[in-house]
Amino acid sequence: MTFLLESVFNGMSIGAVLLLTALGLAIVFGIMGVINLAHGELMMLGAYTTFVVQNGFRQLGEGWFDAYLLIAVPLAFAVAAGIGVVLERGVIRYLYGRPLETLLATWGVSLILQQLVRSISWQMTLQIALFCLLFFGGRWLLSKRAIAPRWQAWVSPVLLLLSVGIGLTASLVAGGAVGLAMTKPWFGAQGVDVTAPSWLRRGVNLWGVQFPFVRLFIIALTVVCLAAIYCFLLRSQWGLRIRAVTQNRSMSACLGIPTQTVDSLTFALGSGLAGVAGCAISLLGSVSPNTGQNYIVEAFMVVVVGGVGKIVGSIVAALGIGFVNYVIGSGLMTRFLEPQTALFDFFEFFASTSMARVMVFILIIAFLQLRPAGLFPQKGRAVDA
Amino acid sequence: MPPLLPGFRLDLLHRYLALAIVALGIDLIWGFTGLLSLGHGIFFALGGYAIALHLKLQVPATAPSPLPDFMSLYGVTELPWFWYPFYSFAFAVAAVVLIPALLAALLGYLVFRNRIRGVYFSILTQAAIIVFFNFFNGQQKLFNGTNGLTDFQTLLGFPVRNAQTQYWFYVITVIFLALAYLLCRCLTMGRFGRLLVAIRDDEVRVRFSGYNPTSYKVLVFAISAALAGIGGAFFTLRTGIISPRAMDIAFSIEMVIWVAVGGRATLIGAVLGALLVNFARSLLSEQFADIWLFFQGALFLIVVLALPTGIVGWLRTEAPNLITKLLGRPQPVATYPELEFDPEVQYERQVLEQEGK
Repeated sequence: MTFLLESVFNGMSIGAVLLLTALGLAIVFGIMGVINLAHGELMMLGAYTTFVVQNGFRQLGEGWFDAYLLIAVPLAFAVAAGIGVVLERGVIRYLYGRPLETLLATWGVSLILQQLVRSISWQMTLQIALFCLLFFGGRWLLSKRAIAPRWQAWVSPVLLLLSVGIGLTASLVAGGAVGLAMTKPWFGAQGVDVTAPSWLRRGVNLWGVQFPFVRLFIIALTVVCLAAIYCFLLRSQWGLRIRAVTQNRSMSACLGIPTQTVDSLTFALGSGLAGVAGCAISLLGSVSPNTGQNYIVEAFMVVVVGGVGKIVGSIVAALGIGFVNYVIGSGLMTRFLEPQTALFDFFEFFASTSMARVMVFILIIAFLQLRPAGLFPQKGRAVDA
Repeated sequence: MPPLLPGFRLDLLHRYLALAIVALGIDLIWGFTGLLSLGHGIFFALGGYAIALHLKLQVPATAPSPLPDFMSLYGVTELPWFWYPFYSFAFAVAAVVLIPALLAALLGYLVFRNRIRGVYFSILTQAAIIVFFNFFNGQQKLFNGTNGLTDFQTLLGFPVRNAQTQYWFYVITVIFLALAYLLCRCLTMGRFGRLLVAIRDDEVRVRFSGYNPTSYKVLVFAISAALAGIGGAFFTLRTGIISPRAMDIAFSIEMVIWVAVGGRATLIGAVLGALLVNFARSLLSEQFADIWLFFQGALFLIVVLALPTGIVGWLRTEAPNLITKLLGRPQPVATYPELEFDPEVQYERQVLEQEGK
């Protein structure tokens, strides 16, 4: 009994992390058909936001420190959502309907974000801020004035060069004047550790099974996020618009739904959820610039197995994959079997975290032979669904 | 070429030529067939491992045990069964081509049979690469795990690290690159190539015309994997190491960007792209080792957003127009920009005016 409870709980907690990671991906992929390879990096940003908030609260003292998660979760959501909107407006908007190109472009974004976290310093912040101010401000100012058509093609390149030059010089001068305080990277390439607040560090022992509060908190967070997403999609005005655009984009546009705003909003929502997921995983282990990559592929698997555009599918798939992963990876299967039989050796071979992934992948490929479109495929009459 | 280059650059050129073979394979499957494989690192590494297993079995007679040196570290006393065939050089060479091809055919058959394509295929290949990475990384006793296979001694009796031998490897690489190019050219010129393009552009219509796209896709995936395997084997011979890091996700996606930079569906573009990007990479990362990833990320964005047809594609379509424009010649007009310029409309208008009078 304890044995069953233990595997259910551990499987569920792995599944909850997977689900939280995959939720944002499922929304963006399902609604907009966009594969966002930078999703993992948005999670990473959420995790770093948690780290920063935690450090801020540590200054305030022990009593305040315990409450930092209350600020960290919404802030992680906001930061990731903000970056997500910039990403959508700046890159992905130009690539709708070209999923493979989107994949490559978002991979580029993910590389840039990784390096950004590694090397961001006050110097770099100053540089970026100056550049944005000069370039976008300059474009905005110039757009107010009438410019001779023959010069119009030159505005952007000249502004770009000027603002890059000024930004670079200013930041180099400032870095030289102030010194290390200005040029030292904030986080560096090393991983950082987030300390869970004291009330999460304990656990409860029920029926001989240990339930760490951190895992319970993540499960609760997942449930809350799910409920919020369902309420938003099914009950709110904008949720209705999002669902309409999912079903028929051009018809929605004809009926006066601002599809571009819906796109941005959907993307913000998905990215924000990635931020929350990042906040959750920061409680589980150390956070480094390549944290996101460890989770992203499994999250994609959840989306594929669940069926695209179905949140229910993602839930079932995440829990299923989490469960299988735990049962095989922890060597539970071998407990039932006699040593030295062929089956025992077989499961023994896969009884580690990395080999469990191998097994899960094989199972997923086998599963896709039975149901190519996932657990809950979109019903329709299209030839190539 | 070799006499013109100092040894270090020749070394780099050799590596990049090996990578160009892989790029040709990716161009075949992505540029012509429209299947974006993010898992070619698997086949690259498998080719590398196939030749490395043979090299590792060339244990010098003076060594304390007849097994490859790393095995004694993990207390392996008996050679794992699947190592035995690799004693034969012919088998190893065949394995370089066949193992990746067969694996790709199997994976491709299972995936394409269900009409899984587009981004789903990309995601599955990406998952596959993680799986293989984990497998090779975890099996210390079989493949020396994270450290990979290294420290090769001889191949067919020739010392591998000798400059003379390496020179011959270089020549063979060049020959194989030329052969691979010819193979791809032959495949894409004829009916087969047109079918591939048809599958890329409208697979459903191809199926309705009575073809079975699955078999073509499986075949082209297998050929592409075999090319990746050959590239991996040559790369391993040059660098003297094959490790699970060749199955990094980042590396596999980079392979795609070589093709994108050079130009999709132009075979010469794939070769050019692989050489250019890699040389740029080694030059830039010598200068700016810290922020290399910024450049790489920017490269991805620029290629996708501003140069979707790649360098060769740009040269074919945009460049001639640009040159005529710079020379001040009149531009060829593809369509009439306005109704006012349409000769037929002008004619009608004249007729109407005359009749009106």
